[in-house]
Amino acid sequence: MCRLFSITSKEPLSPMVAIRALDVMKEGHDGSGVGLFMTDLGGDFEQFRGGPILSGIFSNTGIKALDRYMMDMDFMTKYKLSFRPTKRPPTGTPRRDNYLIRVYEYPPDWENLPEAEVQRRLMMCRLQLREMGEKDGSMMVFSFWPDVIMIKEVGDPMTVADYLGLNRRELQARTILAQGRQNTNYAIDIYACHPFFIQGMATMTNGENTAFLPIREFLMSRKEPGYVGYQSDSEVFTHILHYTYRHLNLDLETYKHILTPLKDGELANHPNGPWLRMLKQSCRPLIIDGPNCVMGCLPDKTLFMLQDSKKLRPGVVGGNPGMFAFSSEMCGLDAAIPARDKSRDFQPMKYDTVFVGPERQEVGRWNQMDSLSRLH
Amino acid sequence: MEPDGQLKPSSLSTKDLPWQVLWSKEKCSLCGRCTAVCPVQAIEPGVHRKRVLQVPLGLTEKPGNIFGVYHGIRQRTDVAHACIGCGMCDMVCPNHAIMPIHNDEPDKLRFHINQGGIPRRRGGRRNARESLLDSIKFVRISMLTDPALDAGRHEFELRTLLGRILPPEEALRVTREGGWLPPVREIYPLILGSMSFGALSPTMWEGLQMGVAYLNEELGMPVRFATGEGGCPPRLLRSRFLKYIILQIASGYFGWDEIIHALPEMKEDPCAIEIKYGQGAKPGDGGLLMWYKVNKLIAAIRGVPTGVNLPSPPTHQTKYSIEEAVAKMIQSMSMAWGFRVPVYPKISATSTALAVLNNLTRNPYAAALSMDGEDGGTGAAYNISMDHMGHPIAGIVRDAYLNLVKIGKQNEIPIFAGGGVGKNGNLAANAAALIMLGASGVQAGKYIMQASAGCLGSEADRCNICNIGLCPKGITSQDPRLYRRLDPEKVAERLVEVVVSFDTELKKIVAPLGRSTSLPIGMSDALGISDRDAAERLGIRYVL
Repeated sequence: MCRLFSITSKEPLSPMVAIRALDVMKEGHDGSGVGLFMTDLGGDFEQFRGGPILSGIFSNTGIKALDRYMMDMDFMTKYKLSFRPTKRPPTGTPRRDNYLIRVYEYPPDWENLPEAEVQRRLMMCRLQLREMGEKDGSMMVFSFWPDVIMIKEVGDPMTVADYLGLNRRELQARTILAQGRQNTNYAIDIYACHPFFIQGMATMTNGENTAFLPIREFLMSRKEPGYVGYQSDSEVFTHILHYTYRHLNLDLETYKHILTPLKDGELANHPNGPWLRMLKQSCRPLIIDGPNCVMGCLPDKTLFMLQDSKKLRPGVVGGNPGMFAFSSEMCGLDAAIPARDKSRDFQPMKYDTVFVGPERQEVGRWNQMDSLSRLH
Repeated sequence: MEPDGQLKPSSLSTKDLPWQVLWSKEKCSLCGRCTAVCPVQAIEPGVHRKRVLQVPLGLTEKPGNIFGVYHGIRQRTDVAHACIGCGMCDMVCPNHAIMPIHNDEPDKLRFHINQGGIPRRRGGRRNARESLLDSIKFVRISMLTDPALDAGRHEFELRTLLGRILPPEEALRVTREGGWLPPVREIYPLILGSMSFGALSPTMWEGLQMGVAYLNEELGMPVRFATGEGGCPPRLLRSRFLKYIILQIASGYFGWDEIIHALPEMKEDPCAIEIKYGQGAKPGDGGLLMWYKVNKLIAAIRGVPTGVNLPSPPTHQTKYSIEEAVAKMIQSMSMAWGFRVPVYPKISATSTALAVLNNLTRNPYAAALSMDGEDGGTGAAYNISMDHMGHPIAGIVRDAYLNLVKIGKQNEIPIFAGGGVGKNGNLAANAAALIMLGASGVQAGKYIMQASAGCLGSEADRCNICNIGLCPKGITSQDPRLYRRLDPEKVAERLVEVVVSFDTELKKIVAPLGRSTSLPIGMSDALGISDRDAAERLGIRYVL
């Protein structure tokens, strides 16, 4: 099983906070992989808020291909943080040439483009690089987006973090998503490692998505170039979130209604019943069939967590104004934020969506049985 | 045998027939029930002469013999009276002294069952027992990575949608702008039928309607019944139960005068309108209700005189193109109910089905596509149509679904599949396989007749005389002496039992796959088959 941990803090934190939380939940994951998503960056990256950051793993030839590609695209490197491990990798972790985090300056001719077009182009660059690298394994690209860093590797989270030296001063963020164990249901593939990212949004999941295939087919037939990959059945959660926001112009509340719509009898008594029934019917292929606990981060840095409608995966949220954490297990939350009012900890059930907004003052809750807060 | 030309080409012996009637003189009480019940008079009372040798001990008396007679039954061997194997003789025999036995070799009757130049016509299904659907296994079992669900105690939402579903972007826009959202019905994925009032007896129809009403109103299962061509009894049209009915219009338009006249008085809209363009059992051929089934009631409902043949044309006479005429018919039927009722075509499964489907995707009023495969049943058809015409259902459902996936409309036009679903008794397994291949639901008629009314028909060509109105169980007869054998209350009870047990079996399939919150339409990763070619063709796992 996977273990998830995410934290949002007013002050920048080292990713080691999340890694340590995963480590205390070690009994619950098999240490076969770790994935990190960091945004609202602190440290050295804070000064480059606007520039897109490329995160990935590159072989030496991959770096050369990357440089050629980026130069052709007219991107200029502004800052970089590369790990070039010299030590022997831990057992189970492959030897890599370069772990790369690089901040770019936009090509000059992108300057007057609408924001949506810039975002589309950034995604297309990531997809092209990924495709180029897939041929020979020379490039693995996780994200290419402003104010976002992603690190993924096979192996035990703490051992990998030590190996990569993730406690370095330059690497800090106010919002962090971390997952222990990559998707080991299928062949070990770094692209199967959570969290998954698309255009500023990231999610990670604990559980098995039994409705994966029809959901994937539906997403892949949406004519959206970003809906590719699917080395893990959990990647669809990220793409459904993206589809909800970017294609349907809906929000987190409706994301929950799309994933786990209310039953017919419940809809009959819901104040927004007819609208939700329409949504349920038209988005029927996106209904998940868990067990799943989904945690994610929105482009505005809102962290959230929700459950599938069978509620078979654990998840708890707690903290204090200024710092909240979402964790698969209570011990992970205790490790990260020991001094908090535990009576206010909350474990979302099948109807709940919990979230902490960018102001980080409180845990918001929606219950699916409540009327929608925004008219659609 | 006399050498005087008495042996005609169609003179047959009992061995030449598909069924031989075994009769035990020892057990027979000569009550006559068997000869009375036999629907085709294949047996008749017989007086048999028998020679008995008498060989006394000793030498004083010479051996001799006497001729005696005994009474019993005799099997007739002429073509018109060949035993159909229904076994009613056995059912009524107090001593089980009689029983039909299937020939151990192919019969010779088949070469002669075209007397008068009329090819064989019958009811039932294609006489072929093999079923691809039966060989599909459900292989993606939730084990340690995700727990299997409890079929008995977990909540399941086994519902499907019948109706045109707009893509999310479009549905949101239309809702926002207050436009027309096509009607969508949330129904149970097993549709009963299509079976016409006319093909079925009044007691059978009544029993099925009562069962459907009970399933909906007492058990909360939105099971729908599809009429065949032939209309609907006037009281039902004007009752609240109409909402459980899918009304069919076919090429003969039988019964539609009554339906149109009832429109202003309808309390409820019907569930949907099915426009039948084709049927799996007799693709490209029309209905075949013959005069002996057209009694007063049937004639009244269909708006025809009694005692006339009612063959429907093979196609709707107003149709010449799918682009124009079919679209217009769908639109007209939609308009008749104020665009509140889903209207969809039903076609025979055919290699041209994708062209139909693609056209329907461009027709905003087309609510679904129903396809009926070669194994479908019927009350009457030419044997040649049943045995040799048509397309298997599994492949065409898969093709259609993948075609919709390719154009991104897999949720917009639901596909309903029928034709041999449950032909070997595996209704839930066959239905689940079709759903996971991409069908939104299945239609079953023959299985329902077999399970809820005791239809004797089989793929071994047993009985299958639905067409001549002599159904020994009273299921497809319009003769009160026959249909009063069937108690509608008991049919309703059995129907409820059948559907409830189907529901449990469906849960027993989807629960181990980890599915409960939605019907696993297109979940082909759960399927496997041990035939490599079939696996490749259907795009499912090849398993050994």
